[in-house]
Amino acid sequence: MAPGHAFFTNSDESITMGTTLFEKIWQTHLVTTIEGGPSVLYIDRHLIHEVTSPQAFKGLSDRGLKVFRPKQIVATADHNVPTVNQHLPIKEELSRKQVEALKDNCSAFGIELYGLGHPFQGIVHVIGPELGITQPGMTMVCGDSHTSTHGAFGTIAFGIGTSEVEMVMATQCLLQTRPKLMRINVNGELNKGVLSKDIILYIISLISASGATGYFVEYAGSAIRSLSMEGRMTICNMSIEMGARGGLIAPDETTFDYVKGRTFAPAGEVWNQKLAYWKTLVTDDDAVFDKELHIQAEDIEPMITYGTNPGMGIGVTRNIPTVESIEASDRPNFTKALAYMGLEPGIAVKGRKIDYVFIGSCTNSRIEDLRLVAGFVAGKKKADSVEVWVVPGSKQVEKQAIEEGIDKIFEQAGFQLRSPGCSACLGMNEDKIPAGKYCISTSNRNFEGRQGQNARTLLASPLTAALAAITGEVGDVRDYLISELTN
Amino acid sequence: MSRKSINIVSSPAVPLRMENVDTDQIIPARFLKATTRDGFGKNLFRDWRYEQDDESKPKADFILNKKQYAGDILIAGKNFGCGSSREHAAWALKDYGFDVVVSSFFADIFSNNALNNFLLPVTVSPAFLEKLFNAVETDPDCTISVDLSNQSITIAESNESEHFELNPYKKECLLNGYDDIDYLLSIKDRIEAFENQRAKI
Repeated sequence: MAPGHAFFTNSDESITMGTTLFEKIWQTHLVTTIEGGPSVLYIDRHLIHEVTSPQAFKGLSDRGLKVFRPKQIVATADHNVPTVNQHLPIKEELSRKQVEALKDNCSAFGIELYGLGHPFQGIVHVIGPELGITQPGMTMVCGDSHTSTHGAFGTIAFGIGTSEVEMVMATQCLLQTRPKLMRINVNGELNKGVLSKDIILYIISLISASGATGYFVEYAGSAIRSLSMEGRMTICNMSIEMGARGGLIAPDETTFDYVKGRTFAPAGEVWNQKLAYWKTLVTDDDAVFDKELHIQAEDIEPMITYGTNPGMGIGVTRNIPTVESIEASDRPNFTKALAYMGLEPGIAVKGRKIDYVFIGSCTNSRIEDLRLVAGFVAGKKKADSVEVWVVPGSKQVEKQAIEEGIDKIFEQAGFQLRSPGCSACLGMNEDKIPAGKYCISTSNRNFEGRQGQNARTLLASPLTAALAAITGEVGDVRDYLISELTN
Repeated sequence: MSRKSINIVSSPAVPLRMENVDTDQIIPARFLKATTRDGFGKNLFRDWRYEQDDESKPKADFILNKKQYAGDILIAGKNFGCGSSREHAAWALKDYGFDVVVSSFFADIFSNNALNNFLLPVTVSPAFLEKLFNAVETDPDCTISVDLSNQSITIAESNESEHFELNPYKKECLLNGYDDIDYLLSIKDRIEAFENQRAKI
């Protein structure tokens, strides 16, 4: 599996160029390509959950098919599950039925399920990496757009629809057209108080919620390299929020250290072989991308969104744009978004009162996120006017948090540490933000009604969310970090 | 899944003059609890359609509630179908009665989901999209014709037309009612051979 050099032909000359990380993985997974059509891409790992799989199982049954490679599929229940009293039957009937259907289907088709009560249960994009299921150089899919998260390991990972879930179940393959490739370079040093969440919110605010549609994005540069795996996952997770099929980061020592020793990670001689291969998974120096973007890390502030798509974000010290500064064609959407949010053009978001804080979701619910929040709030109490939900990404994260005493810190601060699930990120369970209320959320989408009908979402980093929990309003975490240092 | 084919759709259209219509708007998450593909149409654009989630309180200014607009074609602003991968969005549009969605561009996952459900996503230039909006908003009965074989979309009244792109493989599937699983199953030997070859590396 040595990395070859791809041979590109353009309209007037033949030139040899280096190969991108994406192409190296893509090439090794191509079964065949249909003349003038899509390619047949082999899928190494398929993750499933209760919401987007039942119709796929039914499709298989209707066609009289079995699951082709059940051992390459892992299932969990996350979208619909309650985050309190998980040991009791799910109260909401339809949610309960969907979770039960997953259990029945997994048992009928021979698929491993980490359901409610299992020590490995959790948000599908949190458990894949933490169990070592996600490894460099793989192709991975799931019926969930945030499958892009796994790209942090140098894998081609992307979200698919239910018909495609059925295809992968039936044949372990998908028909895919090769996307265009974009590289986003973030170089320099991040300011204190600026997290990976701020990097990705900044990028999306620059290129818009559709700026990477049709592309697969590789993130590179010294600021990306300096991030932990958790930080890299947060960035890749939100690739879809700018329209990208997925995002990926070349694996390095940080990646290998993270994967090594995990439950399903390779071990012994197999580990050595894999490692040798994984080290080849880099973009060659002379590889060419369809589009390239350069960002200076020092330009990034803690970010906050003010609108109803993730591209509507600003540095926390900035004001919401004025109507005049928005392109004429975008004004109706801008005005509609602000009306929904109950905000006016040109005003500051900093200082706005908030009602709820949600720390969770596949974007920011890993142990590092919880440690950061706990470190910030230790010895403090939440503002009386605010309700704070912390929802760990998995049972493993929850267990770790308890072992480290993070649960006690949250309890003393008045935060509710709940049980794992997708929770208020999309409000499919009972964790909904009431109409008209403002929620500062570490999740990934601020769409209308996403966290509950007429709920108003402000996306931010775990630190910015933690600060809001303590003060009851949107603030600049840098002020706080500096004043804490000087006190 | 019920198999269908698609070729010519000729109908008045519904103009949804909004950009970045995400799949949470097309079908809110609370309606994703079904285990079948049926019946999502009644909840299409649910929170834009009704006040307080109440079917007896339609929002008068929402396009689906305006009596003069009906038809098999939905026209929408750029970046239609962004956000969640939920195929329920395509099922809801199809179940409501749309066979074609026109926009100046579609989110990738939505586009695949639509094609897999014989809901044709037609990508037109921003200028032609504006013409379509204007034609339909001026005359709600104006007929729009989409011809898949010829890959063209035409405003009947003015006879203005534009060519649209579609992957030739997908076009064959739509015209003949094939789906990807049929094809993938037909090459299962090759998939197994591929697996064996990789195992040796």
